[in-house]
Amino acid sequence: MDTDHIIEVRGLTKKFKNLIAVNNLDFNVFRGDVFGFLGPNGAGKSTTIRMLLSLIKPTAGDIKIFGLPLNENREKIFSKVGAIVEKPDFYLNLSAYKNLELLGKLCKADVSRKKIMEMLELVGLASRYKSRVKTYSHGMKQRLGLAQALLHDPDLIILDEPTTGLDPQGMKEIRDLIIYLSKTKGKTIFLSSHILREVEIIASRMIIINKGTARVEGKVEDLLNTEKVNVTFEVDDIPKALNIIGLSMWKDNFKSKEKNQITFEIPRTEIAELNKYLIENYVNVSAVIPVRSLEDYFLKITEGGDR
Amino acid sequence: MRTLIFIELEKIFKKWRTYIGFIAIGVLVPIVQIALYFTGKDYLRALTHGLQDSFIMVGNLFNGYLVANLILNALFIHIPFLIVLVGGDLLAGEATSGTYRMLLTRPISRFQVITAKFIAGVIYIISLLGWLAFLSLGVSILIFGTGELITFSDGLIIFQSNDILWRFGMAYFFATISMAAVFSVSFFFSSLVENAIGPIVASMAVIIIFFILSALPIDILQEMKTYFFTSHMGVWSNFFHDPVDYSEVFNSALVLLAHVFGLYGITLYIFIKKDILS
Repeated sequence: MDTDHIIEVRGLTKKFKNLIAVNNLDFNVFRGDVFGFLGPNGAGKSTTIRMLLSLIKPTAGDIKIFGLPLNENREKIFSKVGAIVEKPDFYLNLSAYKNLELLGKLCKADVSRKKIMEMLELVGLASRYKSRVKTYSHGMKQRLGLAQALLHDPDLIILDEPTTGLDPQGMKEIRDLIIYLSKTKGKTIFLSSHILREVEIIASRMIIINKGTARVEGKVEDLLNTEKVNVTFEVDDIPKALNIIGLSMWKDNFKSKEKNQITFEIPRTEIAELNKYLIENYVNVSAVIPVRSLEDYFLKITEGGDR
Repeated sequence: MRTLIFIELEKIFKKWRTYIGFIAIGVLVPIVQIALYFTGKDYLRALTHGLQDSFIMVGNLFNGYLVANLILNALFIHIPFLIVLVGGDLLAGEATSGTYRMLLTRPISRFQVITAKFIAGVIYIISLLGWLAFLSLGVSILIFGTGELITFSDGLIIFQSNDILWRFGMAYFFATISMAAVFSVSFFFSSLVENAIGPIVASMAVIIIFFILSALPIDILQEMKTYFFTSHMGVWSNFFHDPVDYSEVFNSALVLLAHVFGLYGITLYIFIKKDILS
């Protein structure tokens, strides 16, 4: 299992009767990546994750994990994979501790009390270890899901919407944990998320899929920096601002105006320059509000404008 | 595999519905025992009414063996309905609760999952019938003592007290095979759907329909009923015939075991091919 290609997907296709959920999908995840897996609802993300975890059989295509074909090496591969697939569900009539013990035994993990309590501590559930899971909130189940995914110290962690249902503090803790697992522990993380900001902060590489096909794949910083971003300037005098913009190199970048705000689509590197230009021309700028870069990029890609 | 079986047993015995069968038997058997404790002698008199003019009955004919035999006859037809409560839930319950996703992303094969669940289900059957044996035979012997066993099949048969226990042992063993066939039906239905209610109702319906079809005096149905598992479930009572018709016992055991292994095989095939969408 000593390879830098942790996941290799080639020509992956899944058809459900007349519906093509995933169509000829190719991508690679490399050792140490935090790989963002993005796409709108119905894009084929969950179907892809289920195929990666052998829950669904592909109609066509190959999946290799740790350099080994998934079909023939399922058990060997899964001894080194931890996963949360969609919402984490547990045996509700059992305690969190018991759930971890049972699931850990199936992975031949260390299920000593010390180890299980350490995991529960890590996800902030140690004080509720005896409680039956049916008394847990969705956020607590999400944390427990993470604990079960990490219990057997996997090399690859597949996380499907891991922060769904968490409060802002919880979301931050999970993000920090993912960064810690990646940077400090050297784990490879495959992260599917609807929260684009999350992927922007955490992921090193990403793929955006739509209608079952890959739209773009690469390093997050490369993909975002080459793109123009939407930025809104809050100014005191809209007519004056529009007038001087009309005389500038940014006249074609103007997108819209609303109350005292003007929005431009400009390269990220030109935001400061435009701000300076407005001020030098006696337009008071009270705020510069960038629209989230990935959100903007995501919408553009999934609306089909990039291909 | 052993770990997996223990885990499955733990899951079964942590569920409330598992104990419905134990509670039902635990309530019904003592009721029958209490009723027979007070009226048992009258019952035996009524049973042997026509014989008392011709024979002199000596010894303790109303004893634990007779009570256990009566209880087995009375309850055996209802036990399948308790078995399917657990069998129908074993796979569909995982789908309903979404835990397939946790279970099947572990380094274990689907073959191991199905086999462990099946074996755990059979262990549940053995424990339920063990509980029935303990209450109906063990406790009845404690209350009513031992003696000869009087039964009726084609005629009156009285078994000596040292010729009885092995018959009960074999009867319970055969009953386990019968209940394994019932369990296999519910296990099979459980692999098809994502809600436990469907398999439970479907299994009960199959048992009732097969019983009805077997009872209809139509030639073709009478020929077909040889292949219905329900037609062979009551063959345990052959061990209380003299002599025991071993050919019928073996034939019935073969039909039941064919159902058990056939349905296990079909369930395994379906489960291995199945896409987990729950």
